[in-house]
Amino acid sequence: MDTKNAILRTKFFDRMCHWIMVACFFLVAMSGLSWFFPSLNWLGNVLGTPQTARILHPFLGTVVFCLLIVMFFRFVHHNLPVKTDVVWFKNVVGVLMNRHGPKLQIGKYNAGQKILFWGIMSLISVLFMTGIVAWRAYFAAYFPIPVIRIALLAHSLAGLGLILLVVGHIYMGLWVRGSITGMLTGYVSRAWAKQHHDRWYEEKIAPTADKTAKPHS
Amino acid sequence: MSMQSQDIIRRSATNGITPSPQARSHTEEVAKLIDVSLCTGCKGCQVACSEWNDLRDEVGENVGVYDNPADLTPETWTVIRFDEVEDETGRLEWLLRKEGCMHCAEPGCLKACPSPGAIVQFANGIVDFQSEQCIGCGYCVAGCPFDVPRISKKDNRAYKCTLCADRVAVGQEPACVKTCPTGAISFGSKADMKQLAANRIEELKGRGHEGAGLYDPAGVGGTHVMYVLTHADKPQMYHRLPENPYISPIVRGWKEWLKPVGALGFVATLAGAFAHYVGVGPNTTEDIEHSEPALAPDEEHHSEGSE
Repeated sequence: MDTKNAILRTKFFDRMCHWIMVACFFLVAMSGLSWFFPSLNWLGNVLGTPQTARILHPFLGTVVFCLLIVMFFRFVHHNLPVKTDVVWFKNVVGVLMNRHGPKLQIGKYNAGQKILFWGIMSLISVLFMTGIVAWRAYFAAYFPIPVIRIALLAHSLAGLGLILLVVGHIYMGLWVRGSITGMLTGYVSRAWAKQHHDRWYEEKIAPTADKTAKPHS
Repeated sequence: MSMQSQDIIRRSATNGITPSPQARSHTEEVAKLIDVSLCTGCKGCQVACSEWNDLRDEVGENVGVYDNPADLTPETWTVIRFDEVEDETGRLEWLLRKEGCMHCAEPGCLKACPSPGAIVQFANGIVDFQSEQCIGCGYCVAGCPFDVPRISKKDNRAYKCTLCADRVAVGQEPACVKTCPTGAISFGSKADMKQLAANRIEELKGRGHEGAGLYDPAGVGGTHVMYVLTHADKPQMYHRLPENPYISPIVRGWKEWLKPVGALGFVATLAGAFAHYVGVGPNTTEDIEHSEPALAPDEEHHSEGSE
């Protein structure tokens, strides 16, 4: 990667957070799906025997939750709604149809990514709280059975929602070339930045051109 | 316990396309009939259960009532419940009920269980936990309308009354039935037990027990453990025996509704993503890099081809 002409988009610490979480999330999601769709029981084998998977699932889920909490505080300021998000929404069809027309004034993350951010953060919170309620052998005994029933339904619902969101997230990463490299190395090309996040690109470039270093990721 | 010599009509976490062994056509539905009016609360059934099933629960402490142990546990699969009630005239009455798995025709535990084959229902109606397949998730606890399964702290697996599936499979009655000294527990075909109950209820009514009746709740498709209750109109008096037990709609929603909707969601998401990629193609920046060589004044050396 030509780092001289590329732009640092994601710092090492954040990248590590992201990829450790990916590894844990993969294992948690596969084991969770193995119980939700018993015909896909083999998915649980990623964590060993069914019994081992059942023991590890909540611990790994807690790791995912903790990493997401860290990432929440590191990314939230980029994901607050801004007025220009409306521009992206108005042009969402064009964006999806790969038509690169007008400048959409997209900051570090576009409106769709912001929805993903808040979706992931709220769903993981639901998963964590309901997961605690259903967690044998440590916590479930402290909750009445009707509460556990609601928790199990909500956990499944939130789990499905989160996995589907993540499938969309993965697809977007595959579709928008340069994104996965960006998350692996941290760097994106200037063309990538200008095309997908024009406002962020200008904010990043401006200080370099003016020679006024501004500490901003 | 695993009983390959019996037909299995339901198997947890297994779809209907792959049925379990079904070849034995001559299996009769069995039932245990517990006549609470004959029970003296001697707890002989509890001892016989521990004896036959090799269970030796820890000796607990008296909590001020006759129920001993105080509740079902992973190593106590049946408990005699003692309820002191007063009738309209202020007369004291002991209501005794032998609590344990009801062996529902539509078992909530089996519906909730995510581990293939950890819970089975034999053609004779017995619902049995196959402990070696149990993963200890506790979904059966959430699924059961009677609050019967218990998770062991020793091995993290669920346990409950097996209706002595092993004894029944070889033509014997459950251990509790064999040992009951007053004849309060009977065992046989479900049809015979219903007939026996009907005779007994008539007798009880003749003796002034107007509320006498059979507890075989339809909400769970009937049960393979039935009670003759002297107050069948008020089953809750017998240690909160539910009047109309049914599988919670939340459990049904989770297993019957959310599962197909979730599967549809997956298919739609994956198919949509695939169609999008095939239709729209990758989103690259190559065109910009070729048509606009100078993106910014300081970008003469721009090169991204080797990424």
